[in-house]
Formats: sequence, structure tokens, C-alpha cells
Amino acid sequence: MVFSKIFPSISIVSFLSLWYVLAWFLHSPLLPSPENVAQVFWRHCQSGELPHHLSVTLLRLIMSFTISMLLGCVIGIALGISEKLNAFFDNWLVIFLNVPALVTVILCYVWFGLTESAAILAVVLNKVPNVIVTLREGTRALDKSLLNMAKCYGFTRMKTLRHVILPQLHPFLMSATRSGLALIWKIILMVELLGRSDGMGYQLQLFFQWFDISSILAYTVAFVGVIQLLEFLVLKPLDNLALRWR
Amino acid sequence: MTIVHIQIHEKIHHGAKNPTIVNFDLTLNAGEFVCLVGQSGCGKTTLLNSIAGLDSNYLGEIRIGNKTQNPQIGFVFQQPCLLPWRTVRENIELVFANQNRIQKSQIDNLLDFMKLKVYENAYPKQLSEGMKRRVSIIRAFAINPDLLLMDEPFVSLDAPMAREVRELLQQLWKNRPHTVLFVTHDLREAIALADRLVFLTSRPMRVLKEIHIPIDRHQRNSEEIENFRNQLFQNYAELQPLL
Repeated sequence: MVFSKIFPSISIVSFLSLWYVLAWFLHSPLLPSPENVAQVFWRHCQSGELPHHLSVTLLRLIMSFTISMLLGCVIGIALGISEKLNAFFDNWLVIFLNVPALVTVILCYVWFGLTESAAILAVVLNKVPNVIVTLREGTRALDKSLLNMAKCYGFTRMKTLRHVILPQLHPFLMSATRSGLALIWKIILMVELLGRSDGMGYQLQLFFQWFDISSILAYTVAFVGVIQLLEFLVLKPLDNLALRWR
Repeated sequence: MTIVHIQIHEKIHHGAKNPTIVNFDLTLNAGEFVCLVGQSGCGKTTLLNSIAGLDSNYLGEIRIGNKTQNPQIGFVFQQPCLLPWRTVRENIELVFANQNRIQKSQIDNLLDFMKLKVYENAYPKQLSEGMKRRVSIIRAFAINPDLLLMDEPFVSLDAPMAREVRELLQQLWKNRPHTVLFVTHDLREAIALADRLVFLTSRPMRVLKEIHIPIDRHQRNSEEIENFRNQLFQNYAELQPLL
């Protein structure tokens, strides 16, 4: 128990130390020290630039994540339940899973213009197939005997969904959520880099043109920090609440 | 009290060539405890699933009580089928559409009777197998079923635990004599519990013989059960594969 609490802290300190030693050893603008990145981070925060672009990207993340999860869950559960639907759409799913994210983004911008909705659509199209596959497998793994019990005792559909199906799908939902957040933010950066005039991706493109590695790392740290906060403040407590019976 | 009439002309599993059940005809009297005795795999669970409405793909009619009412069916499955993320009490309460004070006190009484009151807030994983079976029995009795189906509920319990749960079931049924259809392949268990034994053929399943048990329930000790079993052996040659 003590180790499980101490080790994560030791791990982060080791990572920062390694970074610091490497930066000190190389002494190159290509790898600025953590101290330098922290200073740049603070400067961007004070100017208001980083909070603005971070919030724009986060808004896009929330919208595309919500749409992807809702669509993916509904379609995934439907495919998991119906063998006929699955037989029909399985090939579509394989195709969409294998289309490179870059292709989807370019096609969305070409077909629908350099608009906000095209950007969101591109992200959703990239993420939905992953959610569908995860939820389809989860639905297939549902305990049939519990479903029979619910049917026999006359549970309504809503009651069955809430008390029998969703608790069983919880690990699959959490897996889709975590992998979704990681995947979506990477795609959003690409979407912003290719066709938006604000957001983290747009800013990173500018920093790349100026070879400003400190700013690239400062923005990365900010985003990773926000995702970690989300993990500790929302996902972990939700997990603990849902799995308290274990 | 309810009279149950089961008439299945034919039941074929999806994709199977031969029927699982043919010309099955059985009537249960109100408050009667009937044990179905048949070999493993003869179609007993299929029959119970059809009666419970879990499988409606058969030719025939199953009538439970008055046609106009929506019958309440309690089902004690082979496995306890408890929701692992709900406590003992929540698992029982969930079978009610809306709970009221009377139902709550009824659950209290049942938990008390089955010696599970102290475990009402425990999760299923904290219970022994025997306790889980008792919870599933309470759940089935709690709704005051018109028909109670029990599908080899003690099948994976060790002998002492199975005996303990069986005795509790007998006492509970004595206080609440619902109509019960109990499936087993253990003849001793069937003789200990039933008013009437219904022997089944192997597939395609149908009723082979019905025998009322003449022994008073209070006198059904292991010696009496063994004697009755031997009588069946001697008197009914056609039942010997099942005995």
C-alpha cells in the first residue's frame, strides 16, 4: 500500500530529473530544461494566450467526445445485440477503422469547407468506430443469465439497462472513454493544424515554424495536465463509485 | 390460488432437426409442490424457460391461473443470478416495480426466516454459495408468485449445505405454500420435497409417469425416503433408468 502511494511520485520526480540531466548535458535549444519550459508556460499563461487556445481545444474535445461516445454506444450495443445488423455493418466498421485519420480530416475539409462543424465531424468519424468495437464486444460479453432473470421478473427496459446492462458495460465504457480522450485530442491537434485559426494545434504549428521547442513543450504540459486532472477528478472517482462492490 | 396447465405439442430448438419436447401435458394444482425428475439434458430447463416466458418458440399453450391476469412467476435458477453490484437487500427489492412498506416488512421477515438479516447490506461476493441460493429463494418468494419455478437450485452445493438450504426451503414453503415446479435429477431430493413426482422421458421429452407421494411430510426422514425409492424400483420397471 505504501509503495503504491510513493512510487507514482518517485516516478514523476525521476522523469523530471532525467529530463533535467539530459537538457543540461545536451545544452541545446532543441531540448530546453523543465525550468525553462515552466518559465515559458507561465509567460503564455500571463499573456492569456495559452488559456484561450487551451479552452478552444477543450471545447472541441468535449463536443466531439460527447457525440462520439453517444453514437458509438448506441451503435455498438445495437451491433452487439443483433447478429444481422452486425453481419451487415461489420465490413463498414473495418473500413472506417482502417481509414487514416489524416484522410478523414482532409476529406471533411474538402467536402464541407474549413468550418467548425467539419472539424468536429472529422474527429467524430475517427473516434466512433473504436467506441463501436469496444461496446459491441462488451454487449456480446453480457451475462445472459442475468438478462433472463431481469426478463423473468418483469424488469422494464429502462430498469434492465440501468441495473443489469450498464453495470456490466462499465469497464468497456471506461476503456472507451480513456482511449477516446487520448485519441481524440491527438486528432483534434491535427484538425486544428490543418484547417483552424485557433486552438492548440494551430499554435503548435506556429511554434514549429519558429522552432520554439519551449513553447511546444509548455502547451503539451498544459494539455497533459488538464487530461490528468480530468482523470483524477472525474474518471477515477466515477470508477471508484461504480466499482465499490468489488 | 392458481392452477397451472402446461400443454406443449412441440418444441424444437433453433437449427435442431429433432424436437426437444413433444406432447407434454401437465397440470399443477393450487399450492402443489411438483418435482420433475429426468435425466440431464432431457429438456427440463427448456421447459422451465418456456413456462417463464424466456422462450416462446414452441407450439402449445401454457396457462397460469386466470387468463385475464398477468401471472407472477418466481424463478430460482441453477445459478443464483444475483447482481454482483447490488447488496442482498437491493437484489431482492429490485424485483418489485414499486416498493411499499408492506413489501419492505415482508422482505425483512423473509431475510429473518432464511437467517440472512445480518447480511442484508452485504454484496453477493461476500456470501457463501449456500447464502446466495437462499437470497435467490427469498427473491422468488418475495413477489408472492402464482407459480414458482426451481431449476435444480442446489445442484452445485455440497451435501450438508444442500440439505440445510433444502430444509429452509421446506419450512418456508410450509408457511407460504405457493405452487411449485421443481426440477431435479436427484430422486431422493424429489421424494423429500414433492407432493407429486413427474418422471420424464429423455429427448424428446414428455411425461413418462406421475406418482403421488403418500408419505406425510413430517415423516420423510432418510429411511422413509430410501424405502419409498426402493418401492419405486420394484414396482415400476420403466422408471429404472431414472432411479
